[in-house]
Amino acid sequence: MIKKVVLSTLGVALTSSLLVGNAQAGEVLDRVKEKGFVQCGVSQGLPGFSSTDEKGNWSGLDVDYCRAVAAAIFGDATKVKYSPLSASERFTALQSGEIDLLSRNTTWTQTRDTSLGINFAGVTYYDGQGFMVRKDLGITSALELDGASVCTNQGTTTELNMADYFRANGMSYEPVVFVKADEVVAAYDSGRCDVYTTDASGLAAQRTKLKEPNAHMVLPEIISKEPLGPAVIHGDDQFFDIVKWVINATVEAEEMGLTSDNIAKLLIDSNNPTPAQQRFVGTEGSLGENLGIDAKWAYNVIRQVGNYGEIWQRNVAPLELPRGVNNLWNNGGIMYAPPLR
Amino acid sequence: MSEQKLINAPAKPPFWRDPEKRALVFQAIFLAFVLFIGYSLVRNTMANLEAQGIASGFGFLSTNTGFAIAESLIEYDESSTYLQSFFVGLSNTILVSVIGIFFATILGFIMGIARLSKNWLVSRLAAIYVDTLRNIPLLLQIFFWYFAVLRQLPNPKQAYEYFGVVFLSIRGLFGPKPIYEDGFGWIVAAVILSIVAIFVLYRWAKKRQEDTGERFPVLWTSIALIIGLPLLATVITGFPLSWEIPELKGFNFRGGLVLTPEFSALVFALSIYTSSFIAEIVRSGILSVDKGQTEAAYSLGLKPSWTTRLVIVPQALRVIIPPLTSQYLNLTKNSSLAAAIAYPDLVAVFAGTALNQVGQAVEIMGMTLAVYLFLSLFISFIMNWYNSKMALIER
Repeated sequence: MIKKVVLSTLGVALTSSLLVGNAQAGEVLDRVKEKGFVQCGVSQGLPGFSSTDEKGNWSGLDVDYCRAVAAAIFGDATKVKYSPLSASERFTALQSGEIDLLSRNTTWTQTRDTSLGINFAGVTYYDGQGFMVRKDLGITSALELDGASVCTNQGTTTELNMADYFRANGMSYEPVVFVKADEVVAAYDSGRCDVYTTDASGLAAQRTKLKEPNAHMVLPEIISKEPLGPAVIHGDDQFFDIVKWVINATVEAEEMGLTSDNIAKLLIDSNNPTPAQQRFVGTEGSLGENLGIDAKWAYNVIRQVGNYGEIWQRNVAPLELPRGVNNLWNNGGIMYAPPLR
Repeated sequence: MSEQKLINAPAKPPFWRDPEKRALVFQAIFLAFVLFIGYSLVRNTMANLEAQGIASGFGFLSTNTGFAIAESLIEYDESSTYLQSFFVGLSNTILVSVIGIFFATILGFIMGIARLSKNWLVSRLAAIYVDTLRNIPLLLQIFFWYFAVLRQLPNPKQAYEYFGVVFLSIRGLFGPKPIYEDGFGWIVAAVILSIVAIFVLYRWAKKRQEDTGERFPVLWTSIALIIGLPLLATVITGFPLSWEIPELKGFNFRGGLVLTPEFSALVFALSIYTSSFIAEIVRSGILSVDKGQTEAAYSLGLKPSWTTRLVIVPQALRVIIPPLTSQYLNLTKNSSLAAAIAYPDLVAVFAGTALNQVGQAVEIMGMTLAVYLFLSLFISFIMNWYNSKMALIER
């Protein structure tokens, strides 16, 4: 009996000590290095951002940022494992440490940044919420949507913006809210709803899944700001910095004209590069050391994944979306990276 | 004699030799451990949430939600609080459970009795019904009703129309909604009055039968009362009731009462699935009554219908009620699958949308778990009470 009591005391002590333990500095990075891969939370299938081909390979803009982080840490962009998450699962998965990085077309808002215990590392896509309807409804503006049934995803900023928009314009509507994006699209396609609303990029991507993509149109109104970007858990500033500067490096590389094709030449022929280029590829300065990773981190990111423009061209351009505000700052957009020095 | 015994009684053993007291000590130690585990779980959770910078506490319940909910039994709009959204989800869960339990019970009793029918076709059909439906997972049945059946309905503009007042489309079943005008209270009063009258009549008729042996046609009188009195009140007050007929305006039908496809699919699937289990429970209950009971009833000269009602069913119910309770509990808990088809039940609204907007998983999941626990305990309390009423009274 006494033996049992002692054993259970030990058990309790052990469990409680396991339960304590919050994200201490470097913890996520250590965990990632120990595992040898980045566990990355992505969507359950959104063409252009994160979706699988018939062989099960992931691709998309969000997926490319998972790969870029792996390239920076391991020098190998393939060291990623993906967790497809619904909108309502994503934050819990990140908070519980089930995933290391959330790169899942997630809008950066103040509430999320401050009350969920997570940090947004930057913006990889400036989006806004739009509406899609069937062309044969004969509607030209979102202001004509009074009384419509609207399909959308559960647990998104979309759900809130939609409520705000209809309320602000004195219109009534019936929200039909699903957990999975595929169910939303199926519900809209079958006629359960008149309107499908999500981020404009999502509308363009999901449109390709409809039975007759050409029978639908996106209304001109964009009703919200949706800056999408990857998020990490609070507490490991080093990992947070790595993700943040990986994003900045892709933007900076596009501005410097470095691509996955031409960056290799810089290393071979190191007489020509400018000082900025030398700092970028790690032959000069201590940018990698400051981040606690390999000096060639940015080189690996660009060589293996590409700069922001390349990532865009590969993933988003096929959706026929205009680059718009996602252009570089010196090209009419707002993509701007702080200097890498 | 007794004094003798006292003197001869052995000395009282020390308490550690007394198994009862020893057991008490160990129970106290064990209880202390359980409490300690509970305490350290709570403390650690709080400490971890604090350390990760995740908000905690129940303060969010009084803030505005900012999202809309498709169907609600109680007052709710975007400016309502999270607490109100909790009650919206809760009332929707209770609604779908109560209606599901109602239909599951009726269908289950019909199917259970049909399976015992002497008619070969009827009993085979009931057997096929039971064996098919209880072996297909509930989630698939919900999907079947929602995606395969109700999604095939036409758009509102091509809606099926019945008598110009009922419309069936992919957006749901729209019917006329009663609008109460002045004087409607009299009709309600008449309904209540007739229910009281029926109750009194039943007691009186039973007493009279026990005293004199004469029977009184209670059923027919009751039907006459419950229809007649309110009808009389309606005529006297001059029909204080009008109907709001749904109308196609813009995208959807407006006005009237609506049964959404999400709600209907859930009720269909829950009640049909559970009814197949109830059918088996009813069948086993009836079969558990000894054949001798029927023969004894016949030999006393009771008609077959009386034999079933007065002899078989009361005895069968004693076997039926306990497993029936667990089916009711299952149905209530299974209603949480609503989240899969966009019906705004507690899990979809509160543990889904609200959880995502607030991000306080511990508090919200805790409240949701507590609700299902409470609902389940409440149902078993009611059913236990009913069971004790029905149980064999031993003399």
